[in-house]
Amino acid sequence: MLTARYLRRGLAQLAFVVFGIAVVNFFLLHLAPGDAAQVMAGEAGSATPEYMAALRKQFGLDQPLYIQFFQYLKNVLTFNLGYSFRQGLPVSELLLQRLPATLLLMVTSILFAVSVGSTLGFIAARHAGKAVDTAISTLALLFYATPVFWIGIMFIVVFSVGLDWLPVGGMASIEKGYTGFDHVRDVAHHLVLPAATLGLFYLAIYTRLMRASMLEVYGQDFVRTARAKGVRPRRIAARHVLRNALLPIVTTLGVQMASVLGGAILVETVFSWPGLGRLAFEALFQRDLNLLLGILFCSSIVVVLVNLAVDLLYTVLDPRIELA
Amino acid sequence: MSLLDVAAAPPSLATPRNGLLTRLLRRPSALVGLLLLALIVAMAASAPLLFPDDPLDMVAQPFLWPGADPAYPLGTDMLGRDLASGIFHGARVSLLIGAVATLVSLVIGTGTGALAGYYGGRVDAVLMRLTELFQTIPPFLFALAIVAILQPSIPTITLAIGITAWPSLARLLRAEVLKLRHGELVQASIALGASDARIIALHILPNTLAPIIVSSSILVASAILTESSLAFLGLGDPNVVSWGGMVGAGREVLRTDWYVATVPGLAIVAAVLALNLLGDGLNDALDPKGERRA
Repeated sequence: MLTARYLRRGLAQLAFVVFGIAVVNFFLLHLAPGDAAQVMAGEAGSATPEYMAALRKQFGLDQPLYIQFFQYLKNVLTFNLGYSFRQGLPVSELLLQRLPATLLLMVTSILFAVSVGSTLGFIAARHAGKAVDTAISTLALLFYATPVFWIGIMFIVVFSVGLDWLPVGGMASIEKGYTGFDHVRDVAHHLVLPAATLGLFYLAIYTRLMRASMLEVYGQDFVRTARAKGVRPRRIAARHVLRNALLPIVTTLGVQMASVLGGAILVETVFSWPGLGRLAFEALFQRDLNLLLGILFCSSIVVVLVNLAVDLLYTVLDPRIELA
Repeated sequence: MSLLDVAAAPPSLATPRNGLLTRLLRRPSALVGLLLLALIVAMAASAPLLFPDDPLDMVAQPFLWPGADPAYPLGTDMLGRDLASGIFHGARVSLLIGAVATLVSLVIGTGTGALAGYYGGRVDAVLMRLTELFQTIPPFLFALAIVAILQPSIPTITLAIGITAWPSLARLLRAEVLKLRHGELVQASIALGASDARIIALHILPNTLAPIIVSSSILVASAILTESSLAFLGLGDPNVVSWGGMVGAGREVLRTDWYVATVPGLAIVAAVLALNLLGDGLNDALDPKGERRA
């Protein structure tokens, strides 16, 4: 029963977002100079006049605005996001091609940020007010204020140019023609810097959050009870405080997802990581606005799906919470 | 990137503000933040006096390393532009866009949050749905699309940041207003026959000032980050110098002259750090009970 309700709510949410993005994209298309057909054809006269006429007809640009909108909505619902003349492929195909690389980057950096960030926050909270705490908190504050693209560039200066430990960019050494396990290792090697770059900002967030969350739980009655009955401090920290402090972390994970995707654009641009963000940058550079809007659409869907997954994770962590 | 999402849940009720500055100055981190911010404001204010020439003009030989020529303490880039001049003039652009974009977010965010929290019911449902939608669309990507379509200029960049950064503020304000809505003050005003507009303007908004002030400081920091990120991707106003744009330009010569990208990055870190420290300090100072939060 619960799962059915959860699924229904998920679908409703998804439908609403699809509709909302369609409205936003439609609005943006009409905001652009020239008509939507010109925007979709990628401006700069890369399409023939016949094709333009066909496009205008296909999208009903000679029709009143509301009919145009329904046409657009219909296209979006069937995942027909138009054709990218610059890339020579349908937008939806391009998106599916690039999505896995972005997901890999996002998942790795989030895992890195949550695990290391929570650990640092845990340590800082256990030694609140001492030198370790001050050092960790200062570091978190610094990472929190540093733009991701600049972290990426500094990493390249130090680890690629200076020390020559890690590749400057890309996702694999194509020229080496690795297969199987070697390929996996090669990709992992390329993944280190981008994932660390994207992860550091969020690492700072989770460190701060974990520390604050732990300190709050430490002040609660059940912790005092545990202490009074002689539970060892280490056990209190791990079993009583940590578990309860994890919930806000999971909540934030969902909230941050949209922002992580934004950060991925910058990181992918810095490291030429062939994902959605890099595609967005190419679209920007080539003034392929339709492709850009397709990416906006696709990444919003990803955010909704990830959030639904986070809800599931929540019930695992705290059985009292029901999916509703 | 929204820093606000994880920012402190600020204090719920306005506290007497007498002595706020004293309380603020007692905290070393807030003091550092204030001083840093004052320094950046001073840089912005003195830029036209100290560097009267256009920072985008070529003034010296290219690739002067910092310290190599006392006339150009921070060096010059590959086009022979003075980096120090760029940093000073860039402060103006960053602060201007950060402040105005935050103002836009404040108007939309407080408006949406206050109306949703005050009226509840259907108004609340519709407005919160809208807020959720704006939270789902990756804000940076959204801002990028708006700027790309409208062409980059200071007004379009400001607008794009402003209309993508408000959702977390709206949620925060709605929660605050909900608490006040059923409090005695508002109930008494309703009983006395005050109009909704009067209650919201005179009784509700003033009591949510503390969280708004704390959020503003963090919103400005976040707006400066977004502006520099946009400029880094080439979506800065082409007629003015921007820290992010300077980092982007320096990328081209990273292998040999890494200082070109490093120096402006440090300026961004300083500005954002200052505002975050100030935000943390304000949060503590406005919250005398000292509830420890993120």
